[in-house]
Amino acid sequence: MSATKASRIGEETRIDKVNAELVTLTYGTIVAQLCQDYDSDYQEVNKQLEKMGYNIGMRLIEDFLAKSGVGRCANFRETADMIAKVGFKIFLNVAPTVTNWTSDNNQFSLIFDENPLADFVELPDDGRAQDELWFSNILCGVLRGSLEMVQMQIEAHFVSDVLRGDDTTEMRVSLIRYIEDEMPPEED
Amino acid sequence: MSYYFTILSPTDTPIFNIAFGTSKGGGDGIARFRFPDTAQYMNQFIIHSSLDILEEAQWTNGGMYLKHIDTYPPASAYISAFLTPSGTRFLLLHQPPQLPTSGSSSTLGASSLLASGTTRSSSSVAANPTSAQTEEAVRQFMNEVYESFVKTAMSPFYRQGMEIRSPVFRGKITAAGKKWL
Repeated sequence: MSATKASRIGEETRIDKVNAELVTLTYGTIVAQLCQDYDSDYQEVNKQLEKMGYNIGMRLIEDFLAKSGVGRCANFRETADMIAKVGFKIFLNVAPTVTNWTSDNNQFSLIFDENPLADFVELPDDGRAQDELWFSNILCGVLRGSLEMVQMQIEAHFVSDVLRGDDTTEMRVSLIRYIEDEMPPEED
Repeated sequence: MSYYFTILSPTDTPIFNIAFGTSKGGGDGIARFRFPDTAQYMNQFIIHSSLDILEEAQWTNGGMYLKHIDTYPPASAYISAFLTPSGTRFLLLHQPPQLPTSGSSSTLGASSLLASGTTRSSSSVAANPTSAQTEEAVRQFMNEVYESFVKTAMSPFYRQGMEIRSPVFRGKITAAGKKWL
């Protein structure tokens, strides 16, 4: 399936809308609360956000497939387009750019021009949050959880974030392996 | 003209303050108050002493911008106020520059300003704190501050009534001051 067809599906798939500020403020509050609960141990906060996202992703994939009606992807490149142009488009109404492929087609980057989760946000200026906290880390978990349910084990992490003062917000996604047998997902 | 701007939380805690000078009419944006550098707390005294008047003025009309509410003649300090619906107060103290002949009467000062005002139109904002142009400039400034303040208050890491330490916010206020005052 071509990238343009993927963007068309992303555009056309209608989904119930909620106010963006509601999402932004809710997510912001979750992160701020986690930072407080873990005494600003940002490594731990990143981990918890990832875990939350993982649990969301495992369920969200079903919703995604039902709404978009797309079938199996032929290769990982197609999967990437599907994530960026359909998945992010229908759930967050953004379409990150897929780029920086490795030659073996197993790793790519998603560049976010806008990130609705991070509107209004300024990281706490305690001298550590800027270097340690990945504010939108829940997205990494969502990708890991949802792709695991469709037999792909991946690893995703942010490499830069405009909130930290970087020029772009970039997430690196690597395919580890295709899960051959349908195993039940490990308890997390 | 020199400005001292402060934001007070609804419980009268100062959460932000900044001092700056005019950038209009060739101003360099540096605050030059009439108090010596060791007595800058006078600004805070004067600005906080206007709180009682602010509390009276807030019921006089429905607008958020309350215009010029108080004057402290000994330091010729003028206070303008802006009140957000949640009770956060923005207070701006402005102090015109010392006239060259400090002994001259106010009418003489005003007429000499009128004479020079023809060449430098923006000097009316800088030197006449109660004119309509000044009120308008301050209103624009306050509205811009309000916009930035709302955005800052929406940040999940900001708690109501907390001191605003964001350098982004400070930058925006400085820019607003440069633009309007």
